[in-house]
Amino acid sequence: MTVEVSLPYDKEYVTQFSQGQQEPEWMKKLRLSALEKSESLPLPKPDKTNISKWNFTEFDHHVTSDRIESLEELPVEIKDFLDEEKEQQNLVIQRNHTVAYGSIDQKLKDQGVIFTDIATALREHSDLVEKYYMNDAVHVDEHRLTALHAALMNGGIFLYVPKNVQIEEPIQAIFWQEDPKASLINHILVVAEENSSVTYVENYISHNKEEKTSANIVTEVIAKDGAKVSFGAVDNFEAGTTVYTNRRGVAYRDSVIEWALGQMNEGNTVSENITHLIGDNSHSNAKTVAIGRGSQKQNFTANITHFGKGSDGYILQHGVMKDKASAIFNGIGKIEHGASKSNAEQESRVLMLSSDARGDANPILLIDEDDVTAGHAASVGRVDPVQLYYLMSRGISKFEAERLIIHGFLAPVVKQLPVEAVKRQLQQVIERKVY
Amino acid sequence: MAGSTLEIKDLHVEIEGQEILKGVNLTINGGEFHAVMGPNGTGKSTLASAIMGHPKYEVTKGEVLLDGENVLEMEVDERAQAGLFLAMQYPSEISGVTNSDFLRSAINAHREEGDEISLMKFIKDMDSKMDTLEMDKNMAQRYLNEGFSGGEKKRNEILQLMMIQPAIAILDEIDSGLDIDALKVVANGINEMRNDAFGCLIITHYQRLLNYITPDKVHVMMQGRVVKSGGPELSQRLEAEGYDWIKQELGIEDETVNA
Repeated sequence: MTVEVSLPYDKEYVTQFSQGQQEPEWMKKLRLSALEKSESLPLPKPDKTNISKWNFTEFDHHVTSDRIESLEELPVEIKDFLDEEKEQQNLVIQRNHTVAYGSIDQKLKDQGVIFTDIATALREHSDLVEKYYMNDAVHVDEHRLTALHAALMNGGIFLYVPKNVQIEEPIQAIFWQEDPKASLINHILVVAEENSSVTYVENYISHNKEEKTSANIVTEVIAKDGAKVSFGAVDNFEAGTTVYTNRRGVAYRDSVIEWALGQMNEGNTVSENITHLIGDNSHSNAKTVAIGRGSQKQNFTANITHFGKGSDGYILQHGVMKDKASAIFNGIGKIEHGASKSNAEQESRVLMLSSDARGDANPILLIDEDDVTAGHAASVGRVDPVQLYYLMSRGISKFEAERLIIHGFLAPVVKQLPVEAVKRQLQQVIERKVY
Repeated sequence: MAGSTLEIKDLHVEIEGQEILKGVNLTINGGEFHAVMGPNGTGKSTLASAIMGHPKYEVTKGEVLLDGENVLEMEVDERAQAGLFLAMQYPSEISGVTNSDFLRSAINAHREEGDEISLMKFIKDMDSKMDTLEMDKNMAQRYLNEGFSGGEKKRNEILQLMMIQPAIAILDEIDSGLDIDALKVVANGINEMRNDAFGCLIITHYQRLLNYITPDKVHVMMQGRVVKSGGPELSQRLEAEGYDWIKQELGIEDETVNA
């Protein structure tokens, strides 16, 4: 059965939108061809989660917003993401579909670093964007949602780090869906050239509890030979936003891609995080923590696929489920033929706080090579009564003991986030969601 | 301060339907150090766990009173707040929670709201106690017991004891798995606690810990009961002659319960 989905946006609209943004010709073509494909391609089929009735098509596509002159003007719930102690030099704040604030350290600029919103990047660095945009990592025709993304992309970031440039300070982006019906169809493109390194952290936030919209986010991280990319995120869309998020990395020889994802959406969410270890001795560490509450349905896939020899992949997924929430955690370690001496490890754990909640951890190892090592650990269960007993035997109340155990359980991602404010903010979100 | 009194009266305890303790009687006063010895599987650790309220153990009969209050009716955290402490044989590992965060929560749990220990004082206290126990300072920032060696876990239990300063402490085989140097260090820490108010029940399989911590009273447990009590000379005789003479004296058949 194919599901009838009539798109609210047609060829004329897409053409006009592209022209209005003064996009290069290749982008307009890509959009139009993607639009056509989106009509015939099927929705993705995440394991054990039926998304056929989810809202991926009803939203407002283009909501422009005022710029802000200084960070002081930000509402407190956005300011919370910023380190007060030190001025964040490298920061882009996207408000609905336009940039409200953008700054980058002049020193980095002089070194050739590009950190700008995707619309500006398309105008000013068209060739560079074209080279990587939905080429090496995510493809337009994977399914309806990737095609829809390509057709209607309306925001995002381009971060380009030239060869041998090491960026010490973290680069931060905040995506603020202020309008309750605005749809963030964001494209994040991070390219780290040979032997460069960068730490990037992003936040998604919205406050639409009732109003319905949808986010369709594609992230591509390209780490060239010897490059290192640390990617951190806290996703916190409100219940009204249905989310599809696809974060994908391509790691070449001796490169490293690290993911630390705090997936804290309140609405239904499909999340894919796939890393291709193309080059020999490439390495990826993919960590996700998630919380489900209410009647939220979520599906998380973390996949590291090994092509290069001696490549090393480690997946960690920790989920906390309460109320009537359900979530599936798929962990996939895949070693292709020829990727000898590779190592694929994964750990998926789900902590159930309610008997009405549902959580599945599906560890999958797909190995097509003899000379490799691999391992997995998976568990679904309640808070360990013996751990509780131990903490309580020191006078700590049951409530506080559980709190410590849950925060500890979600710590692997919190610990790794680079900006103190973002770390703190994730801890607050965890606190709010669990209690 | 006169200290607290822990009274254990006719305590019967089961695990999964099997009776392990068959009527234990013991009284520990503040200022006293008691040792409980006995062969493996006679219920020594069960006694410790049941007093603290381990979820696996069911008290079927008897009482445990702390200064006249019925401990068995209290939640585990209430028992601790009332002044009990158990240094465990197998402390839990808790990932993601640093030793120092945990300790601070534990100390504050013993204090009134609004009277929390200051961070400075806490760090100072912890540093000095870690010095006494010859612990690596970075253990404060490691996750609670995660990846700790057996010896590190034991020291960490004693660190908690020294930080929390309970009225009555039970040490469950705190010497197992320690080499002689570590044993001396741990004993130092425990001896530092000695004062008129602090009462301690030391559960051990071996006499050697008692070479460093001199007990006021020694009790021997067999088959789920305290079968003999005496002074420090009793533990020395046990070390020299083993347990057989007691069995003969009391006409105990050689069978132990599984625990």
